[in-house]
Amino acid sequence: MRRDLIFILMSVEIMLNGAGVAFVAAGSRWGQPDGQIMFLFILAMAASEVAVGLALVLRLYHQHHNLDADAFSDMRG
Amino acid sequence: MILLWLIVVLLAGGFFAWLAARRNPLLCRWISLAAISLDFVLVLGLGVRNFKASGIQVSVTGTNNWFEQVDWSWIPQFGIHFHLAMDGLSLLLVLLTMFLGIASVLASWTEITTGVGFFHFNVLWILAGITGVFLALDLFLFYFAWELMLIPMYFLIAIWGHERRIYAAVKFFLFTQLSGLLMLIAILALYFAHYRGTGVYTFEYADLLHTTLDPHTAIWIMLGFFIAFAVKLPMVPFHTWLADAHTQAPTAGSIILAGLLLKTGAYGLIRFVVPLFPGAAREFAPIAMTLAVVGILYGAILAFGQTDLKRLVAYTSISHLGFVLLGVFAANALALQGALMTMICHGISTGALFIVVGAMQQRMHTRQLDAMGGLWATIPRMSGAALFFALASLGLPGLGDFIGEFLVLVGTYQVNVAMAAVAAVGVLAATFYALRFVQRAFQGPNSHQWQLPDLVVREGLLLGVMMALLLWLGLYPQPVFRLFAQAVDQFPAIWR
Amino acid sequence: MLGLLWLIPAIPFASALALAVLRVPKKLVAWTATGATAVSAVVSLLVTISFLSAPPAANAYTQVLWTWFDVGGLRPEIAFYLDPISLIMTLVVAFVGFLIHLYSTEFMIDDEGYSRFFAYMNLFFASMLTLLLANNLLLLYLGWEGVGLCSYLLIGFWYRDPANGRAGRKAFIVTRIGDTALVIGLFLLFHDLGTLRIQELMQRATEHWPVGSSAAIAAALLLLGGAVGKSAQLPLQTWLPDAMAGPTPVSALLHAATMVTAGVYLIARMHVFYSLAPLAQSAVAVIGAATLLIAGFSALTQWDLKRVLAYSTMSQIGYMFLALGVGAWPAAIFHFMTHAFFKALLFLAAGIVINALHDEHNIFQMGGLRTRLPFAFWTFVIAGCSLAGLPLITAGAFSKDWIIWGALSAANGSPEFWIVALVGVLLTSLYTFRMIFVVFFGEAHSEVTNRPGYPMLIPCFVLAFLSIVGGYLKTPFGRFVETALPWTEGARVLPITELVSEGIAALVFLLGLYLAYIFFLRKRSYATALASNPASDALHRFWFSDWGMDWLYDRLFVQPLVWFARIDKGDFIDGFYTGVTRLNEFAWRVLRRTETGRLRWYAAGIAAGSIVFIAVVLFL
Repeated sequence: MRRDLIFILMSVEIMLNGAGVAFVAAGSRWGQPDGQIMFLFILAMAASEVAVGLALVLRLYHQHHNLDADAFSDMRG
Repeated sequence: MILLWLIVVLLAGGFFAWLAARRNPLLCRWISLAAISLDFVLVLGLGVRNFKASGIQVSVTGTNNWFEQVDWSWIPQFGIHFHLAMDGLSLLLVLLTMFLGIASVLASWTEITTGVGFFHFNVLWILAGITGVFLALDLFLFYFAWELMLIPMYFLIAIWGHERRIYAAVKFFLFTQLSGLLMLIAILALYFAHYRGTGVYTFEYADLLHTTLDPHTAIWIMLGFFIAFAVKLPMVPFHTWLADAHTQAPTAGSIILAGLLLKTGAYGLIRFVVPLFPGAAREFAPIAMTLAVVGILYGAILAFGQTDLKRLVAYTSISHLGFVLLGVFAANALALQGALMTMICHGISTGALFIVVGAMQQRMHTRQLDAMGGLWATIPRMSGAALFFALASLGLPGLGDFIGEFLVLVGTYQVNVAMAAVAAVGVLAATFYALRFVQRAFQGPNSHQWQLPDLVVREGLLLGVMMALLLWLGLYPQPVFRLFAQAVDQFPAIWR
Repeated sequence: MLGLLWLIPAIPFASALALAVLRVPKKLVAWTATGATAVSAVVSLLVTISFLSAPPAANAYTQVLWTWFDVGGLRPEIAFYLDPISLIMTLVVAFVGFLIHLYSTEFMIDDEGYSRFFAYMNLFFASMLTLLLANNLLLLYLGWEGVGLCSYLLIGFWYRDPANGRAGRKAFIVTRIGDTALVIGLFLLFHDLGTLRIQELMQRATEHWPVGSSAAIAAALLLLGGAVGKSAQLPLQTWLPDAMAGPTPVSALLHAATMVTAGVYLIARMHVFYSLAPLAQSAVAVIGAATLLIAGFSALTQWDLKRVLAYSTMSQIGYMFLALGVGAWPAAIFHFMTHAFFKALLFLAAGIVINALHDEHNIFQMGGLRTRLPFAFWTFVIAGCSLAGLPLITAGAFSKDWIIWGALSAANGSPEFWIVALVGVLLTSLYTFRMIFVVFFGEAHSEVTNRPGYPMLIPCFVLAFLSIVGGYLKTPFGRFVETALPWTEGARVLPITELVSEGIAALVFLLGLYLAYIFFLRKRSYATALASNPASDALHRFWFSDWGMDWLYDRLFVQPLVWFARIDKGDFIDGFYTGVTRLNEFAWRVLRRTETGRLRWYAAGIAAGSIVFIAVVLFL
């Protein structure tokens, strides 16, 4: 389950969201707008990253018909 | 200017030969031959013109007494000049270069059938590099030429070599490159030491001769240079690249390797190591001489034990160049002249041996001595030639090698009796391998029923010229000694 | 006329070169080669006549051709030096060489390597003459190595049989061991005396070196080392018996008459050094005496005709060394001359026998040839008697008796040497007549197939004549050589006169003849009885194998060297560099584990790495 690329991407999304919540909470704690700006920034970046990431995942799936992260080890030494 | 032309003709010739091969491989060969021959004639002309002038005291201390010079400022911010110069020593070595270049092109006339253009390009560029090494007086330029010799040689071995060519080529490359790196560090160290002493940044040989170094640094810098040349020479224990490189290289590669590349090591010792670091060299001399004697004996024994024809001939080079090393560090006009003579004669005789052995391999498709025997019956002329050059190799008086080895030994005797005696045993040891070579390959019954074509005109003529040269050098070597005398007479003075 | 001197070695050399390089038809080869030697012989005769009729200043003539090289004070020239010693030796070598070339034109006629043979023979001839005529030691060394080379080439002439090649190699290598000693001697001489010109050397040696100085002894011993190798004396004598593998003319020319005497020439030439180093001179005498005995015993046991003659040569050269060692210099050269005649004749006659019996070498397979090959018989007997020393009518007797007398009376002589020399006479007589009786008498065991023709008969005839009359030249010879090579007289009072010594030698000769007669003609049963006795059989085998020296050298030197060369074929030093490569590979294999190509691993790596990095930055 942990090795599935989609799950990895989803986990990354959740992590980014979590980081964003932390920023907003901190901004609220110290009364500064930087936290919310940071959250907007994270949101934008996460969206673009997901777009690229999903495109790559689609490509990979097309080639290998497999979404196991460990299966893509052609670069092994 | 003529010195620059020497190199440019080779570089350009290589380039045109490569292009011509697209049309016609034969044209390519003729172009290469023409380029090297042109250079040979030019150098010969220089030699004849300046022979009259020889006898004047010169050169090693680097004053104005070079035959020919080319000196331009190249990268003045770093003190790099494009400085080529020729004296008696470099004249003869460059002449040898051109001669062996012609020999290698002729020897590969029928041997190389694929990639002919690139082959000749490599050969000519190696020769250009070697010529540069022998003529360069600016240490940066010298290093540049040193590296220029390497890469084409690597290609030569790796592409046109025999079964273990990749291994041999890579081994050769690593050994020479690493030692070259040490030399680069030493050059830079010298460069900076000179700056610290005089405030001038320069790579010029003549200027660097006058650097004052404290003895401790001097030894290390000298070793940096020495190791590079010792690997090239080759000196035991850095010699192990030689057997594989010589054996796996094509004939032209072997000739150039044995005949010329090894001499660049010796030349470096004579031109750079000893004059630049006389005190350190004097301290180091006993070690160098001991290693030389070890090399002479060990090389001979190794040669004796080989069953591969080319490997046998390759190991003999270690033995002969041991004499050269011995002669250089014996610090004695006799020994040094002997060393120089050995360099020239070894180039010719071992080059010839490789031509013969290469011709044999081409006909028999094997190098194993066990598969041979009784060849005199079927290829009498080639066998006779092989016998002749084997005799030269073992130091038969009447041929040039004897003169060189004898002078080295006489000179060494003046300095160290025991070493001269042991080295003389080395001459005896040479008999073992030379006769084994002749016996196994040419005598005995022809049990494998070989029926082979004998020497063709091209090969026969080339070998005949080399035989005549060795006889001439053996019986009337004085012109050569006179040309060398310039470089030699100052030499021991440096040591005092 | 003396100016023609340089032609003597030059013409055969040119002939050798021509025969080697050009393709000459067989008929012409014989004419060219033999003609070259004939011209040399004639020129040497002319030179001799000129020298005798109008002797040059100081009884010596030098002809310089060119300066070989001039480096660091060493300035040898290609120059020839003629004085009584070199004159006589040149004359003898040239004539005997010519005769043997003539003989070979027929002997080798069926051989396919005909022109190769004559090229080598001419090259040898030229080198030997260069050696004899050289005015400096370096040129002498050139001739020295040249004859060694030709010896190797000619012994291994029938190259298809690897045994011949091995014999040739053995000869070359063993003599080269001696040559190494010689060359070190050259270094010493140049270092101490500053020149290599022979006459200058001897002059400077007498000026600078006191008698018995270590430098003189070292130089003399080193030169002796070279001489011992070339002349097949103890301890470097093992190559000569095997050298008989070559064609018979080669054995006659090189290994009887000329090359093996080069060592004798060297010592005689450099006699001043030996006078300055009494220790070395005694060594010469001892070596000579020892070799003559050892070789004599070995000759008694051989069954191969040529090997008997080989050991005989060794023994006779032992006599020459003995003469040199005791100070009887002229006697040594005189014996060289007579030995050249009768030993070459012995070999040539043996060649006729071997050829006639279709290549049979075993004397016990011969027999009864007295009637069937009368010419060979008579020449063999003449030569054999000369060898054994039949008094008054053979040359060998004169020269050998001179040596025996010198062993007692000369400067370094002693009764011990005299007795050894006489024992040698007994042995010589014994083995010579053993040969004659077994080969020519008794019943025949083989058929005669080839009869010799004129080119083989004429040289034998001439040599037989010389073997008889050569001895009468003793007195003029002695007087002629006196200036260059004086006889050094001993100071002791002697119990017997020369005549008595000669008489005793004659008696010993007859004793040997009688014993050989008994054992090998009359009662063969005695010989067979001796052979079956285990003690004497062991002795026989010991003497047969050259007193075990071959076996000793093989165990001591050859085997270890070959073993080492074989196991180190891959060069153990390379192992170090291969070790470095293997270390590299090992490290690679370890580090390779971190390159898994797996995303999670890399991600974890980045995370761990960044934590470590931040920790380092924060806490260090």
